Amino acid sequence: MPGFLESLRHGVGDTLFYGAVSPAIKIVLLLFLGILPLITYLTFAERKILGYMQARLGPNRVGPWGLLQPIADVMKLLVKEDTLPRQAVKWAFILAPCLVVGPAFIIFSVIPIGPRAGGLGHVSWFITDVDTGLLFIIAMATIGVYGLIIGGWASNNKFSLMGGLRSAAQMISYEVPQGLALVGPLMLAGTMSLVGIVEKQRDQHVWYLFPQIVAFFIYLVAGVAESNRNPFDLPEAESELVAGFHTEYSGMRFALFFLGEYANMIVISAVATTLFLGGWLAPFPHWLPWLSVIPGPIWFFLKAVIFLFAYIWFRGTFPRYRFDQLMDLGWKWMIPLSLLNIFFTGLVKLWVSGGFH
Amino acid sequence: MSQPFVQPFDDLGLGDNLLNRSEEMELNFGPQHPSTHGVLRLKLKVDGERIIDCYPIIGYLHRGTEKLFELHPYFQNVPHTDRMDYVAAATNNLAYVGAVEKLMGLVVPPRARYIRVLLSELQRISSHLLWLATHAIDIGAMTPFFYTFRERELILDLFEQYCGARLTLNCMRPGGMPHDLPVGWVDKCREFVADFLARVDEYEGLLTENRIWKKRTVGVGVLDPETAIDYGITGPMLRGSGIAWDLRKAMPYEAYPEVEFDVPVGRNGDTYDRYLVRMEEMRQSNRILTQCLDKLPEGPIMAKRPRVMKASKDSEVYHGIEGPKGEIGFYIVGDGTPNPYRCHVRAPSFINLQSVPELCKGALIADLVAIIGTTDIVLGEVDR
Repeated sequence: MPGFLESLRHGVGDTLFYGAVSPAIKIVLLLFLGILPLITYLTFAERKILGYMQARLGPNRVGPWGLLQPIADVMKLLVKEDTLPRQAVKWAFILAPCLVVGPAFIIFSVIPIGPRAGGLGHVSWFITDVDTGLLFIIAMATIGVYGLIIGGWASNNKFSLMGGLRSAAQMISYEVPQGLALVGPLMLAGTMSLVGIVEKQRDQHVWYLFPQIVAFFIYLVAGVAESNRNPFDLPEAESELVAGFHTEYSGMRFALFFLGEYANMIVISAVATTLFLGGWLAPFPHWLPWLSVIPGPIWFFLKAVIFLFAYIWFRGTFPRYRFDQLMDLGWKWMIPLSLLNIFFTGLVKLWVSGGFH
Repeated sequence: MSQPFVQPFDDLGLGDNLLNRSEEMELNFGPQHPSTHGVLRLKLKVDGERIIDCYPIIGYLHRGTEKLFELHPYFQNVPHTDRMDYVAAATNNLAYVGAVEKLMGLVVPPRARYIRVLLSELQRISSHLLWLATHAIDIGAMTPFFYTFRERELILDLFEQYCGARLTLNCMRPGGMPHDLPVGWVDKCREFVADFLARVDEYEGLLTENRIWKKRTVGVGVLDPETAIDYGITGPMLRGSGIAWDLRKAMPYEAYPEVEFDVPVGRNGDTYDRYLVRMEEMRQSNRILTQCLDKLPEGPIMAKRPRVMKASKDSEVYHGIEGPKGEIGFYIVGDGTPNPYRCHVRAPSFINLQSVPELCKGALIADLVAIIGTTDIVLGEVDR
């Protein structure tokens, strides 16, 4: 494989290779070997873990240990009828799931799962390194909510509409603290590039989890709310709104919403890993230097899995918040807290750099 | 072509004040809705998520049970009672056979009385477990569901061992019990009883001090004692409002005078208090079970009764017992034939359901789900 890439690089020239060919290869690899299998098996892992938490077995019929269950689920959703309600606004109804999935996948393009130029054939472990990576992530994550609102509206169902409205309100109140929580690590690193942030954590010998513990928890909570997961799964609260915004969806269109939700979970986990847990860096570089033998992407994966497990754990533990309580938490607690966090980070930064003298 | 459902503004009749006006919406909550516990339909008038008005519509499960009672002899009517509150068949049976015994003047032997208490307390626990499971899952906590069903399964096994059925038990007869306890039943029941208190702690560990659970239940659906009495509400709903009215204490029947137990009451009459009351009731039921298993007398299980039971002409009787959901009572009129002339059921679910519109006025839709859960209705009993 490296030989093939080398010869490809010589064949098409460096500019074309690094500009188009290698990103294209990486996108295909990431999508079909990375994200999609990860999502399908995340659903499997969720059901298994919840099963063990809830004194039952989880899927165990399809394939060995039920390992083929997600494949069977995908097959079922693919061949299932895609109903289009007569009352629905057709174009919006079809557009909505794409708006949820698309942005969630696009975000992966800026997430570095490994260092620069460390990969095969001197190819870096990320698709692109944008100087405004963090802004890009926030912007993309924001688009996803339109899918929920449009889907809820276009279904022409009262429960869907309420789900859409809930998601709109929820996203607005949780995007603000989420964005503000990202400012903390940003101030410490002094760069918006995600690769830069991880490299800064390496150079400063600290994962931003420790100096930015408040921002970390705010981000985690806001992230759960962003991805509509329990205990903030109000837009699709099945016991209140039947299925919320996706009540009228079936078959593959429903699967796209589902995919979007899980992709969002992975995105939130990946961003949290990058910003707070040092991305691909091995832990304890001074005490246990031999840990860095394990390649960066594996560390990245392991760290992200911690968050994904937390997501599933939450689902097994918490009841659902009520709509107004959710807003209370967002506006009255998380936004002031994240602003305070920015203030103190600034103060400390000023003090350290001698700005007070 | 798709038809957008936004009408031109003049058609909506909003006038100039378009921005400041909020529209009331009618929302059909049920009969096919995941958290209406069957086929309850609530016609809601909502302003956004806030409920302005609620109008319950029942009857989707109406099977004419009360009429059916008139068509069968007294002892053949027991299976009909199974199908009313189908998650608490034993207590339904007990209320019916109690009424028939009162009508006929039958005296039940002590062993049968104890077995009846055993079965109805097991039934109370299993009904409360089902309530907890559905209530918790309505509020979004998924895990208690599986925990409670694990224990409920053990209770259903005990029922199955006793009478062969798990839900529709048909386990009592006017005058006594159909079978004696099978070999090994008492030991199996003791095992369950010994284990159960720890299990209740386990459920409570997940919910009682959980902040979100408290936020969702404390102060939600407050039922003050006067309203509760005015509506004729009974059972844990009434006790949650602070009134210690329990027919097992107030008008003891079967073996209840011979066992010790406490009647837990709430203070604020909110969803959280009713939750606590039911949790404590499960513990008390467990206590009753322990005592009954210890005291279980030997002897016959069936009273002497005539081959064909007939109530005398113009006789009538009402007998109510404390079911898991409240007072379940049977009012029977006899006319000298082997069939009842009329049988009316005082169904606790039906009467407790009346409080739902009262409780959910001004609440949010999310609260409505908690309120339906806390009233603990079974539509089979509401509609009969």
